[in-house]
Amino acid sequence: MDLSRFERLSDTAWRIAPFGGMRVPAIVYATEDLMREMDDKVFDQVTNVAKLPGIVRASYAMPDAHWGYGFPIGGVAAFDADEGGVVSAGGVGFDVSCGVRTHLTHLTREQIVSVQPELADALFEHVPAGVGSEGEIALDEQGMNAMLLGGAQWAIERGFGRAEDLDRIEERGCASGADPAAVSEHARKRQRREMGTLGSGNHYLEVQEVAEIFDEKTAAAYGLVKGECVVTIHCGSRGLGHQIGTEYLRDMVISAQDYGIELPDRELACAPIKSELGQRYLGAMRSAINCALANREIIGHLTRQVFARFFEHGELPLMFDVSHNTCKVERHAIDGQTRQLFVHRKGATRAFGPDHEGLPKALRPFGQPVIIGGSMGAGSYVLAGMQTSERQAFSSACHGAGRRMSRHAATRAWGGRKVVDDLRAQGIIIKSPSLRGVAEEAPGAYKDVRAVVDSAEAAGLARKVAFLKPLICVKG
Amino acid sequence: MAATGAHVATGRWEHFPHDADIGVRGYGASPGEACEQAALAMMAAIVDPATVRLEQAVDIDLEAPRLDLLLVDWLNALIYEMAERRMLFGAFEVKIDDNRLKGRAFGEAVSRARHAPAVEAKGATYTELAFVEDRPGQWRAQCVIDV
Repeated sequence: MDLSRFERLSDTAWRIAPFGGMRVPAIVYATEDLMREMDDKVFDQVTNVAKLPGIVRASYAMPDAHWGYGFPIGGVAAFDADEGGVVSAGGVGFDVSCGVRTHLTHLTREQIVSVQPELADALFEHVPAGVGSEGEIALDEQGMNAMLLGGAQWAIERGFGRAEDLDRIEERGCASGADPAAVSEHARKRQRREMGTLGSGNHYLEVQEVAEIFDEKTAAAYGLVKGECVVTIHCGSRGLGHQIGTEYLRDMVISAQDYGIELPDRELACAPIKSELGQRYLGAMRSAINCALANREIIGHLTRQVFARFFEHGELPLMFDVSHNTCKVERHAIDGQTRQLFVHRKGATRAFGPDHEGLPKALRPFGQPVIIGGSMGAGSYVLAGMQTSERQAFSSACHGAGRRMSRHAATRAWGGRKVVDDLRAQGIIIKSPSLRGVAEEAPGAYKDVRAVVDSAEAAGLARKVAFLKPLICVKG
Repeated sequence: MAATGAHVATGRWEHFPHDADIGVRGYGASPGEACEQAALAMMAAIVDPATVRLEQAVDIDLEAPRLDLLLVDWLNALIYEMAERRMLFGAFEVKIDDNRLKGRAFGEAVSRARHAPAVEAKGATYTELAFVEDRPGQWRAQCVIDV
């Protein structure tokens, strides 16, 4: 990006003053190197978001920001319903509540390596992944409604999870305000065979070694021990969320004019929060959040079943589950006053700092775990939310490395077989139904995740706790 | 059953880059042909369309207030049918009259072993959306697909 268009606030904060219809400034958090690498489209998109009605304080972009749909991926924006604020289907995206969870295994690297090929095969066989895969849970109309209302709580009641997991999931595993009646027949049909499926693209299940600890106290509170292994699952609301995104985006594009909303980009399609369409979308979107939370809980359960075949203690306690495509109602301090805001995070993670009332007691002194997925070769990070993040970006942080190369360019640069073989030589087993899919997700196609998390820490968004190095990666 | 042979002579498709996802673009002598080619471009992001057997036909009938919305609706209808029927498509026929689209998609049940699909299409977006006649008899239909 051309940095002359920004006012430099610090080494990692860059401000764009309001111009051309922007109601608030835009702020991007990243180091100068990451800023220079960023697509110019991020500038366009973060400033377009600042033009939406009812936006509060600023339109933000996280260090991993890249060209998205309407919002940049890595975009954060909050809206006040009492000031004509909007809810945007584009601001949440197609994969509603796509997110990441990490389970602790308390198994050493040596224990995992002793059964690594067999464990990789078993996970690949037992957790449905890839296009056309199906889950074993078939939902009738009543079951679908119960799932859309109950989220991970529904899954646990059905025996697909453990009650104590709920302490470690945002909103205790269930988004309130879900309205199954706002979920179409098409969305329901698309989901009926997809419960407990991983999906494809950048979704994955990884067994990872805790390779480095940056903050001993916080790592201990999270249950992370150097040399032990964890399982991280990245997926979302599957076909149901995709269909809800598709349908409501269209409705909002067509009706924006009726609501007197001038869309700077059609993908920013939105409706006033206090409108029939806005309320209906919120009900459907929260149903999709519950679908994603249930889906990740079921995949966690399937993973536990596989580990129980190999190891005596297969409990795999949940460290934390975070979503990164959501709109949530939260209370934030604006100019000394606490206000209820609708916070959109598109490819961005909620990152409550220490002492936040929304955190479980055991984690409250340390801040919320923020799980940052890297590529299958580069590894991932666990961060902790910081109190400064509240002031910086409504308690938000980055969500991943961000691509530096298109899928097409990646397939021209690498063959899938070579990527699998190269990673195997590094001790990482890749299991995927598609070698082309592996090539598209090759480590070299992604930015340096370390630079992204260092930026997030320097910007006061979230601080580093641990680095996770993959041993097994199941890709969809 | 593969009715696209005659169209290939005038129509063509291509991908264009998007940071995280993929842009699809179809060219044709008519709006219908451009839509057929855009659909082939979307399928090529998932699988080599030539490997899909044309064993089954699915009819799609759509109306939209604007031509460009019709393109997004068409691609989203295909994404829905692929997900719901667990199918992949390899050929298309499309006719468009007055913002009304009548389409037919030809394909077969997805085989993970034989097709090894690379990605799943989540939805067609309004990003980089264009459905225009660049020159008389040269239509271009394009948008970004979230995968």
